[in-house]
Order: sequence, then C-alpha cells, then structure tokens
Amino acid sequence: MKIGVFVCHCGENIGRTVNCPEVSKACASFPGVVHSEDYKYMCSDPGQNLIKQAIREKHLDAVVVGSCSPHMHEKTFRKACASAGINSYMVEIANLREHCSWIHEDINQATKKAIDLMRFAVERVKFNQPLETIKVPVTKRSLVIGGGISGIQAALDIANAGFEVVLVEKEPSIGGHMSQLSETFPTLDCSQCILTPRMVEVYQHPKIKLLSYSEVEHVEGFIGNFKVTIRRKAKSVKEELCTGCGLCAEKCPIKKKALSEFDEGLSNRPAIYVPFPQAVPNVPVIDRSVCTYFKTGKCEMCKKVCGREAIDFTQQDTFVTEDVGSIIVATGYKLYSIDKKPEDSIYKGYGEYGYGKFKNVINGLQFERIASASGPTSGEMLRPSDKTVPKKIVFIQCVGSRDESKGFSYCSKICCMYTAKHAMLYKHKVHDGEAYVFYMDIRSGGKNYEEFVRRAIEEDHVNYIRGRVSRIYEEDGKLIVKGEDTIAGLPVVIEADLVVLATAMIAQQEAPKLAQTLNISYDKYGYFQEAHPKLRPVETNTGGVFLAGACHSPRDIPESVAMGSAAAAKSLVLFGADMLEREPIIAKVDATTCAGCFYCQKVCAYNAIEKKEIRDRLGNLQKVVAFVNSGLCQGCGTCNATCPSKSIELIGFKDDQIFAQINAFAEV
Amino acid sequence: MEEKFEPKIAAFVCNWCTYTGADLAGTSRLKQEANARLIRVPCTGRIDPVFIIKAFENGADGVLISGCHPGDCHYNAGNFHARRRWILFKNLLDFIGIDSSRLYFSWVSASEGKKWVDIVDGVIDAVRAKGPFKQYKKMNKEIEIPVAAEEGVSVK
Amino acid sequence: MKLGYYPGCSLNGTAKEFNSSLKEVFAALNVDLEELNDWSCCGATSAHVTSHILSVALPARNLLIAKKQGLNELLAPCAACYSRLVSSQQELKLDEKMRMKVEDLLEEKVTNGLQIINLIQIFQKIGLDKLKEKKQVDISKIKAACYYGCLLVRPVDIALPDDMESPDSMEAIIKSIGGKTVDWNFKTECCGAAHSIAHTDIVEKLCKGIIDNAQKHGADVIIVACPMCHSNLDMRQLNIIKHYPDHKPIPVLYLSQLVGLSMGIDEKKLGLGVHYISTKPLLEKIKSDALPTEVKKEVPAPPVSNDKIKKGVEA
Repeated sequence: MKIGVFVCHCGENIGRTVNCPEVSKACASFPGVVHSEDYKYMCSDPGQNLIKQAIREKHLDAVVVGSCSPHMHEKTFRKACASAGINSYMVEIANLREHCSWIHEDINQATKKAIDLMRFAVERVKFNQPLETIKVPVTKRSLVIGGGISGIQAALDIANAGFEVVLVEKEPSIGGHMSQLSETFPTLDCSQCILTPRMVEVYQHPKIKLLSYSEVEHVEGFIGNFKVTIRRKAKSVKEELCTGCGLCAEKCPIKKKALSEFDEGLSNRPAIYVPFPQAVPNVPVIDRSVCTYFKTGKCEMCKKVCGREAIDFTQQDTFVTEDVGSIIVATGYKLYSIDKKPEDSIYKGYGEYGYGKFKNVINGLQFERIASASGPTSGEMLRPSDKTVPKKIVFIQCVGSRDESKGFSYCSKICCMYTAKHAMLYKHKVHDGEAYVFYMDIRSGGKNYEEFVRRAIEEDHVNYIRGRVSRIYEEDGKLIVKGEDTIAGLPVVIEADLVVLATAMIAQQEAPKLAQTLNISYDKYGYFQEAHPKLRPVETNTGGVFLAGACHSPRDIPESVAMGSAAAAKSLVLFGADMLEREPIIAKVDATTCAGCFYCQKVCAYNAIEKKEIRDRLGNLQKVVAFVNSGLCQGCGTCNATCPSKSIELIGFKDDQIFAQINAFAEV
Repeated sequence: MEEKFEPKIAAFVCNWCTYTGADLAGTSRLKQEANARLIRVPCTGRIDPVFIIKAFENGADGVLISGCHPGDCHYNAGNFHARRRWILFKNLLDFIGIDSSRLYFSWVSASEGKKWVDIVDGVIDAVRAKGPFKQYKKMNKEIEIPVAAEEGVSVK
Repeated sequence: MKLGYYPGCSLNGTAKEFNSSLKEVFAALNVDLEELNDWSCCGATSAHVTSHILSVALPARNLLIAKKQGLNELLAPCAACYSRLVSSQQELKLDEKMRMKVEDLLEEKVTNGLQIINLIQIFQKIGLDKLKEKKQVDISKIKAACYYGCLLVRPVDIALPDDMESPDSMEAIIKSIGGKTVDWNFKTECCGAAHSIAHTDIVEKLCKGIIDNAQKHGADVIIVACPMCHSNLDMRQLNIIKHYPDHKPIPVLYLSQLVGLSMGIDEKKLGLGVHYISTKPLLEKIKSDALPTEVKKEVPAPPVSNDKIKKGVEA
C-alpha cells in the first residue's frame, strides 16, 4: 500500500509548537509511506492541489493528513482525495492542532507527540477499506403527530414547500391548547383570532391530509422510509356527508351529562358535539360513553334530524397506513392534575389547595376559559360556584413546578407570564377588584416579557407576594388562603372569591408509549429527548423523527411555533435529495462465524439487529444469524465489543484498525 | 543522571463527547501535559476490554477511558454498557493481580474542556507517581522468554 | 389474629381510656393483643430533638423485642410512637452507617421485616365489613369531625394510603359503623402539641380554631387517634372556656371509643367517664329516641319497605 503523508502548519497554529518539517521527515521513514511533505495551509486550494497531485503522480492508495480536528476538515480532505481518485474513506486525519500544538508549549514534546499521532494514523489507514456512502430512497411525505400550534406550523411549512403532510390529531378538532386561550402574552392579542386562520389553512391545503380523532398505532421502518399505522377512531358521523350544520348537537337530548373538554369542565356539552364553534374539521363526533342510543338502544334523535343522513351508529375504528419519510412529534402537554392524590399515581397531589373540592379553586386553563369571549361566561369575569364577580382573586404560581417533594423539579416556564396576563385581564374587567399573586421568583425572560410583568405590577396594581400558600379552605362562600409573605416575614391570610392555580405543565400521559412506538427516548418526566441539547434541539436520536413544541419541554407559543418551523426545515432537508446519503459507519455481520447468540441484539439501542435464517438449497434451516438493518444502525459499535466470536464488526472502526493504532503505541 | 520517568497514557475517547471536549480544550488553548495519546472510537460502548490489555501490552503505563455522561450518550446507551464492562473488567484485573488503579474512567462532555484537561493532568500525575508499569512489562517478558528460548536465542 | 402491641407511655398515663377502649374493641373483634415485654420509650417527645441516634436506637430496641417475641405485626396506637417506630425502621433500612452505630449501642444485630401499623391501618386490615357486622348501636344521630393532626398521616407514603393534606380514611371507618361525619377544614391543622407544656396560650389559640371550625360545620364530637391531639383538644378546653367565655365545649373521643360505642360495649369499659369535657350529652344524644328533624319526615313509611331495608342490610 502506498501512503501519502501531508503535514499542515495551519499558518503558525501548528507550526509554532510543532516542528512540521521534522514530522514530515519522520513520517517518510514509516513503512508504507511513499510520499511525505508539509505545507503552510493544507486546506487551502494550493494545499489540496498538492495532495491531488501527489495522488496522481505517486499512485497513492491512502492519505494521512496531519492538521486540525477531523471534526473541522475531514470532509474537505476526503472530498479532495475523492476528486483525485482515492476512495474518501482511505483518508485519515491526525489531530495536530486541537490535540497537540494548541495544548502544549514545549516544541520537542509537541513534535514527538505529533509524530506519534501521525504514526497512529498511518498504521490505521493501512487497514481502512474503500467504502461507499449508503444511499437510501426518501419518501417525500411527512407525518405530523399533534394538531396544536406547533404541529400546525410544521404541517403548513412543509406543505407550502410543496410536500405532502399527514396531520394526525387525537381530538375531534385541531387547535390544541392555544384554541382554549383567551388572550396571549405579552401583546394581549386574541388567541383564537390569530389561530383560526391557520387552522382553516390546514383544512383547505391541498397538500395536507388531516386525520382528526385519530392516533398513531404503530410505526416501522427508518429514516426516509417509515410505514405508519393510524387508528381512526369511530366518530359515528360520516365525515364526507356532514355539512357541519350543528342541528344534531342542538337537538341532542343529553345536554348536561358530559363536561366540555374544551371548557375544561366548566360547561356541559351534548353527547354529539363539536368541541368549539371554530373547530376544524367542523364535524361532530358522538361520545359513546354518554350517548343514550349507545346505552339503551333508543333515542336516535341526531339521526332523525340529520338531513344528510350522516349519522352512522355502526361505524367502527378503522386503520390506515401511510408511507412517510419523516415524522414530526408535536403532541404537546397537559396540566398537572392536582386533585387529591390519585391512588395508583406516583404524584402526590396538592390536597391542601382543595382543587376539585372547591368549585372556586381553578387552574390556569380554566381561567382562560372564563376570561375568553367564547367561554362559558361569554368573557364575563364570573366565578364558577355562584356566577358572581370575584372581588378578590388569588393566583398561586409554581403549583407542582419547582417542587421536588410534591411535583416536579423543573420550571414550567410559562406560568409567570400567563399569571401576569391573567391578573391583568382580571383587572381590566373588574376595575375595583384586588388581585394577589403568590410567587417564588418571577422568571420573565423573553422579548417584552419583563416589561409585561412590570406593567401588571405598576400599571394594573397587581399585588405580588413572594411566598408559598400552605392551605386553602372554604368558609362562608369565601376561600381562605393562608400563606406566607417571605419578604415581610409574616403570615398572610386572604379571603378570596376565586383562586387560580398555575399548575405545572407535564408531558402527555401517553408520551412514553408513543416514544416506544417511535423508538425515541424520553426523560424521567415523559418529555421527549432531543439528540443534542444545544446543537440538535429538534432532532431525536432516531433519524427522521423530529420534535416540536411542548412535548419536548415546557414552551410558550412563539417557541412552539419556532420549533415547529425548525422541525419542518429538518424534514425539508431530508426531502432535498432523492436518495439519502449516510455515513457507511455501520455494523456488519459475518454470517459464517455468527453463532446466533444475539447478544448484539440485546445491547443494540436501535433495534437494528434482526434475525436472518440461513437455509440450504433444499430450504432446510441451517442456522439463524444476526443481520444488521443498515437503515436503523447508527454505528455506535457496542455490538462489536459485545460479540463473543467477533462476528459483527463496525465498518470504519474495525478491530484491526483500532489494534493497529494500539500496536503503534509500542513505539511511543 | 537518570532520566525522569515520563508515563505513557493511552486514552480511548468517544467521538461525540470527550473527543469534542478535548477539541474544545484545544480551541480554548488550555495547556496540558503531552503524555497522553488519544484513540478515537465512536462510542465508549465500542471499547473492548482487549483494547485495554493491548494498550498495557504495548507499553502504556496508564489507560484512560472517557465518554459521554450517563444519560447523554449519543447512541442512547453505549456508555452504560461501557460502564458495566468496566466494573467487571476492573474486578477481573484485581482478581488476577494486575494493578487496576492504572485504569481510569471518566465522563467528559463536549462542553467540558477544562474538566478534560484536569482529568488528563491528574491521570498523568498519578501514573507518574506510581512509576513505570514494571509489573506488566515483566509479565510480558515472562511470556516472551519461552518463545525466545524455543527459537534458540539465549537470553541474558 | 395475633398482634404485637406497643402501648407507649401515653396509653399508660394520660390516654388510659385509649388503652382500655382499644383492648375492649379488639377483644370483641377477636384480635389478641400481645404486649411487648419490657418495652421502653419510643423516643418521641424529647429524644428526637436532643439526640438523633437516641431517637433511632430507642425504637430499634423495641422493634428487636417484638422480633424476639416472634411477632410480625406491631400495633402502635399512639401516633407519635408510630411515627418514631416507622421512621427509625426506615432509617435503619436506608442508612447502613446508622444501622452499625445502633447495633453497637444495642450490642445486637438489627433485623428488619416487622410491620408497624397504626390504629387506622389496623381497622383497614381487619376490614370495614367486619366492623359493620359488629355494629349494634345506632350512632347516626351524632356527627363526628375526624381530626388527624400531623403524625398520623406521616411519613408520607408509609403512614396511610391517603392524601397527607386532605385525608379521609378515618371518615371511611366511621361511615362503616353507621356514623356520620362532617366535611370540615381543619383536619390536619396543627394542635400545638409541641408547645403543650411551654406555651399553653399558643395551644389554646390553635385548639380553639380547630374546635370552632368543627362546630361550625355541625360536629357533635371530635374523633382523634393520637393521645397528644386528645390531651390538647380535650384538656385545653378548660382553659379555653376561661379565656373565651362564649366557648361551647365539645367532647373529644378516640376512634376506638366510638367504634366501641357502636359495638355496644359498656361506656365505663370504654373509659368514657374520664374526659375533661363530659361525654354525657353526646351519649344521651346517641341514646335519644328523637330522630333528627330531617330524618323524622321519612319515618312514616309503609312497613313493607322497612322490611326491604332490613333485608337489604342483612344481605
């Protein structure tokens, strides 16, 4: 094998502490090296030309470059070599800058180390094999799970770029939590006014296939090639016939039995219902758990009044499969239930606040509904118990957040802001009312956020009390709120008419199950895990699956939208090419020596190891061996180190390559 | 005058956390001693205990293994496998009487350049204090002697 | 059913009626109580604020005795004893250093595996159905306010399968014996037990708050399962009356006493005559033929339906 060695000075960056000509000279004497030279800037055009020229003239088989970190210029040199006719995987980089010249001062030591590093690379490259990048076809369609604002944004961005999107929403309508909000911080603009046009756009977009009242059941395949099975829950209404006239809901005799999910239980809805007037799609569903027909077999009122004969009591759940190239998870959050401690739950609840026991202790989303013009009180500030105007209102922040003993140690991020907004909305509607906020710290990082909180305090005269509330109980129609003012160092008792708890944002209950379906990781709270906290915040460790919005961690609207767009951009990057190129650093099984113990399967974090049957010509089973699914394998090499017979090897980091480096250590 | 002992350290580091962390140490120009030689692997999960034995065999006075923090593994769980292997392997070394204190294990993330420098310098200092790994070198020799004798070469 | 019994100091002193009523009730339920031989202090009142190791070692000694007596379950009716025993057991399980220290002190190996139970847990264990079966006297004419205090619901996750801040397991027991309970707000409010001796004024204020809230919600009696709660709420009422002239006294009973009453056990045996606040009006109310006004209206019902109700109960 003819090896060419090139030592870069990197201007003075390497040259100052490493005697590059000496390194080059030393390398020339290594067995196999037929060419060795040093140059001021190897990555520059003239530098690259030196390499290309040497390859052509001396018919080199492999190249070793001593330069900066491979994370910087490995690609540059691979490309240069490839253009001169050498396989790009026959190139090795010795890191002479970050790992040598920049961290040492003594020129003798640094030069010696540089020669060692070069020797390692030369010995290693002898065992390199020409490799081709793996090409995988890409299905240029995307699946978006969750039709909240983040999912809507992602779906629209992809669809507007010209690619098809399947949007799956488990509720009867898209819109998510944002559709429930009254106004948004820090501008106090109406949430539905800005959201509804987006929802309609989704519905009318020719590239978006909206599957409402549906859930992802099963996912198989890998990046660029997912096959997704979706359960379409029975609506009991034929979607294609329904005109959304609403007569069925109007005539449904069950008006009071079911609590409206959209109004967070503050109002009732019929058995056949659309969650809210602006729902998309505007097609009702029958809640079979309360419907008289499904309970007794009688009624059929909705069927009788429907002029389009769209009601179908016999409808069953159906399953559809969709082929997609990328999946965007935007399943959002829910609020921490702080009722009495649920029996089988690990959460301890906040029995002392009497949520669920006292009607006038509500959570943040319930307050949004009360404040909303489309809510149960038509926007009038009326408390749930007796529909009177609360003259004294107490807001409690951090209920469940930042509380390791009874809730979660993380900060829910949006509560400081929405509590300020709530207090403001209240003061704007009830001018003679008093608003109190119990807080731990005010966390108002964000554009115009701090100003917003100051406005609540200074202009709207909201009383901020730093401290926690220990107990709330009802006495003569008033809620007695006992807390502590830690700045004054005094106990505080407030007789309030209404208490609003800013309960923690938590992951959806089904999140871990979905994570397992998608083979992505999730943290101890059930939030999905990003691939890298700084540099790959919307990607997951499974290629082709991206995250958007509050399913990742507590997020506000602008962040959720930004993340939705980011996830869409990541999908579009995939769709930019017909074939997907992947580094060929994946495991490969030698079927002749594989004994079929499948230890590799046990340690594989990606389910990339499959079982393959080896049969003779007559079709008799000879043995079962491991087989690597190259689409799923990410190239960690744990299987390689685990395999007892060394029958599975990580291409690019094979045992002989690493042993070559270790053996070179003898000459250090 | 006898030359001062300078230990040789072989460091197996994962590509995503510690190698990148070491890059950061370089970018930040954090000075460290020049005794360690890094061998890059994709993940600590790739590290076969044989690599460590081989490194000692080839004259390393100390071996350092470093990867992503538990839970942060680029490949989800490779470092957990490495940790388990390390615990077993260390016990095995102790059992057969090889000084396992020359084997070091650490978690260094891509953002911990300073920590990496401290760990490398710490390992170098510690191994320097221990002196050359004579025990292993002696064992190597013991294994070599019969081979040499067979070939009829006299060993003095 | 055999059960280890650790009465603790209170049940031999200020809470003698707790002790006697317990024994009566468990005899009626066919539960044998085997008292620990030579039991010592549980370390509750002063030990755990002065010496941590003592507060672990003292309960550990008693747990060892129980083990030696071949007991698997130990009833600690006093909530303070219960709390100390459970906390010590937990600490010995989790903290090896502490376990070694305690073993040095006791000169014996600490063993684990004993289940410590409080009064509510033992009733739950026996089964509320069984309590229902033994019911002989109608106690539905009085309304009880269940007061848990602090120790009965702690340590969290061990003491009761209940909400620490808003418990209701005692209510369930009383309902099973046909009693009525009130929904009130001071179930776990502090009674001031820690200041019981030094700052009686604070205790009076706190107890007054608790009693007032119970009465406001229509309670005729406060039910407790802790000698400390009892002594504060019952005894301190004498002073409360002095300082708050309009105070209406309310009797404070142990849960075991109320259960005993429902079983028809003799009042004297249950120790109902030793309270500071007389239990007489309460007992009279239970015995009175006069039904509460709201129930009275339903009385003239046809005899057929009465039979049905009876049958329903038996079934």
